[in-house]
Amino acid sequence: MRAFYAALAAAVLCVTSTLAVAADASWTLDRLMNTLGAKKSGRAHFTETRYLKIAQEPLESSGELVFVAPDHLEKHTASPKPENLVVDGDMLTVDRNGRKVTIPLRNYPELGAFIESIRATLAGNRFALENAYTVSIDGKGDDWTMTLVPTDSRMKQKVSSITLAGTGAALARVEIRQADGDRSLMRLQDASAH
Amino acid sequence: MRAVSRSLRQPAIIVWLCFLAVCAGVIARTHFSADLSAFLPRAPTEQQRVLVEQLRDGLVSRLILVGIDGGDATGRANVSRNVAAKLREDKRFSAINNGEPVGQARDERFVFEHRYQLSPAVTPERFSVAGLKDALADSLDLLTSSAGMMTKDLLPHDPTGEVAALVSQLDSGAQPAMQDGVWASRDGRRAVLLAQTASAGSDTDAQASAIAAIREAFAHAAPGASPYRLLMTGPGVFAVDTRDTIMRDVRWLSAASIALIVVLLLAVYRSVPTLLLGLMPVLSGVAAGVAAVSLVFGTVHGLTLGFGTTLIGEAVDYSIYLFVQSAGVERRESLKDWVASFWPTIRLGVLTSICGFASMLFSGFPGLVQLGLYSIVGLSTAGIVTRFVLPHALPQNFAIRDVSRLGKRLARFAAHASRLRAALAVLLLAAVAILLMHRHGLWSQELSALSPVPKASQDLDERLRADVGAPDVRYLVVVSAANEQAALERAEAVAHQLQPLVDAHVIAGYESPARYLPSDAAQRARIASLPSAADLRTRLAAALRDQTIRVKPEVFEPFIADVEAVRAQPPLRRADLQGTSMALAVDSLLTERDGRWTAMLPLRAAEGPELQAQTIRAAVAASQVPDALFVDMKAEADRLYQNYVREDIRLSLGGFAAIVVLLVLALRSPVRAARTLAPLVAAVIVVIAGLALAGKSLTILHLIGMLLIVAVGSNYALFFNYRAHAGRDAISPQTLVSLVIANLATVLGFGLLALSSVPMLKTFGLTVGPGAILALLFSAILAPRSGFSR
Repeated sequence: MRAFYAALAAAVLCVTSTLAVAADASWTLDRLMNTLGAKKSGRAHFTETRYLKIAQEPLESSGELVFVAPDHLEKHTASPKPENLVVDGDMLTVDRNGRKVTIPLRNYPELGAFIESIRATLAGNRFALENAYTVSIDGKGDDWTMTLVPTDSRMKQKVSSITLAGTGAALARVEIRQADGDRSLMRLQDASAH
Repeated sequence: MRAVSRSLRQPAIIVWLCFLAVCAGVIARTHFSADLSAFLPRAPTEQQRVLVEQLRDGLVSRLILVGIDGGDATGRANVSRNVAAKLREDKRFSAINNGEPVGQARDERFVFEHRYQLSPAVTPERFSVAGLKDALADSLDLLTSSAGMMTKDLLPHDPTGEVAALVSQLDSGAQPAMQDGVWASRDGRRAVLLAQTASAGSDTDAQASAIAAIREAFAHAAPGASPYRLLMTGPGVFAVDTRDTIMRDVRWLSAASIALIVVLLLAVYRSVPTLLLGLMPVLSGVAAGVAAVSLVFGTVHGLTLGFGTTLIGEAVDYSIYLFVQSAGVERRESLKDWVASFWPTIRLGVLTSICGFASMLFSGFPGLVQLGLYSIVGLSTAGIVTRFVLPHALPQNFAIRDVSRLGKRLARFAAHASRLRAALAVLLLAAVAILLMHRHGLWSQELSALSPVPKASQDLDERLRADVGAPDVRYLVVVSAANEQAALERAEAVAHQLQPLVDAHVIAGYESPARYLPSDAAQRARIASLPSAADLRTRLAAALRDQTIRVKPEVFEPFIADVEAVRAQPPLRRADLQGTSMALAVDSLLTERDGRWTAMLPLRAAEGPELQAQTIRAAVAASQVPDALFVDMKAEADRLYQNYVREDIRLSLGGFAAIVVLLVLALRSPVRAARTLAPLVAAVIVVIAGLALAGKSLTILHLIGMLLIVAVGSNYALFFNYRAHAGRDAISPQTLVSLVIANLATVLGFGLLALSSVPMLKTFGLTVGPGAILALLFSAILAPRSGFSR
């Protein structure tokens, strides 16, 4: 799996290579967060597959994901239907079918927690992650897996767990398991200009 | 003692006492008010009636805009949340909105449960195979979107997407900016809240209580030396502020003017009994004026009492003339002499004043009509009491302080006053030049210029309103009917014509009570569009074929069950909305008054160029709803104001003409009438030039002020001209003293008004106060030269 992020600076590259060398050292959440937080922006293609009980076959969508630290996230879906989703700080803007809606995430805590799972991970913001989830980590620097379990009971009714996996500072996979058994899997492929 | 009992046997005194008793009786039962309705013009047209009613008790009148300044954003948001939480429990408010998602779950539940009664998309075509196919394609499409995770739960119940359609309609209004989860101003330096009071904006007591509740909640949320500051605005806040200002001003103005006049008179008379006698006509006039206004209007406005201080200043003149002019001569003789020689002049003065004030009687503003009636009754009463009652009440040995020294000095000045004619001419030329230079923008063009609300408060209101995102209602369609259902049906008919305009972006959107509470007819038609369970199942199965996303038909059993259930449900009633934010919308948009139901459809203008009023009017006409009105509140308000400017120019010219005619008839000489009026017109020109120079823009209140300069100033001018006519060749020193004292009293009365913080009173004060002084001065300067030749 290719990295979600391209290296932006030599310093960052250094950190990553150091990490690779020190792969045997214990891989902690703090180290993962530090690694992720060192990347200030990135761009990746995504393909998302949804497995829903009501649909007889999986639903595919694809597009591009853009992140700019610390809290700007864009999800541009190109297929099957164009949709732009922009999160900037607390505001979420959805643009679909020529209609643009902006809502404050604070007023939609479940949606907020869901978006935070990706955004806080990319930002290396441990505080924001642990605010909404119980975080556990597995694997090593070049092949890590982080599992988020919601702490809020209302959120739990919707989402049972979110699993993120990647290599170094690159996020490669986001899998969401819903409480009703539905799940979705997003795969990411780095598209940053070097 | 004997003097008092002798006086009491005089018929005139007995009649006067009885009259005072009646006035006292009326005043005791009088209701005093200080609300803003006196500033709301009478509305000649149907559109303007809508405007005035909206201003009085419409939705807009119930809004209080609250701003929280200072501190940091997080702190402001916390204060906002705490204040809102406290106020939401308060019965005095029907809604508190600060951007928090309070009550959202309840609203969503209501929309979900009644989606088939509420959604205009529910038609027989929508539930045909083709209609279902299109609706399903849209809904399934949404499954692949980012929102899919959230909407998939609703899909089995609502595959046609009625909930999504309804919710998107509700959210269509412009939303304020958000900061830390609460509304904030655009520049992010203030948190803003919107409070809707349970009582109408015209109920000033209830508004005052609501404002106190907001202050208390704020004090609680940001106690003591916190960095936060509370700002409030809105019609209710204005009403309460204005009432407090008027009440405060009336109290101190009355007290101050009485105190000043008492000091002035004591200085001249040096006798308390004389002072009391001198105040007799004034107090009688005030009593009669208040009683008359009470009888005619039912209530007396605080402003009328405030304006009354000028009456004190002018009415006291009459007793001054009597005392000073008849002084120093044997009493019986001098009284007769005074009545014969001076009374006609004073009577003419009273009559010209009445002509001036009478023009106010025909004004479109109830407040001005009150002032006019009060002044006319008060002045006539004061004049009559001076002439017929006061002489009988004077003691046998009545005398005032010798003022002959002052008189001689004044006579010397008067004799030389005509030398100042050249200076006066220069001053007048300068004034005319100033007026010509300022002739553009001299007149204020907006109704708000008449508002009793100070400019600073109006500016704050505008800023907060912009922050909250324009809940001010400018464009409205109003329909009315004999009952609730008919009103709702008419609102639906109009909405049917408005929807295409929304789609074509002529307007950004509209509100309607029928959106939340559809008429029974519309609800029945929607329910009738729903097929039976068996039919729906078959059609759905057909519609699901060939969809890009394949879904098993069994998934939609909840939908079929819900539709079947709603077919048996009774129509949605107003009571069903209880507790939702839609109930508020319906309450404010659908109202009943005197058995007549009115539905209002506020329109939201599209961004960009001017609203296409003509297109909207055509659409409203196309709905064929009788009496449906499209109202542009701002245009109506401006039109109303322009009408009033025209009306008041007519009235003022009429009043001026009446004074001219009266003077020509009484003086029996157009030349003498012109000589009397010349100094007054000069005074008006100089005063207006002064106001223009000070950068004030003129309103109809100034216009009335100008007329009052003529009406009040004529009293002084007449003594210089009428006396000459009566055959004496010089105005006596005694008369001059009385004029100066009387003028001082008048200027004190009007001058104090200039210090008032009520714009209306201030305007009169600034115009008439200087005008009265100039009128006397110019009268002396322009007095017939021959009169002083020795």
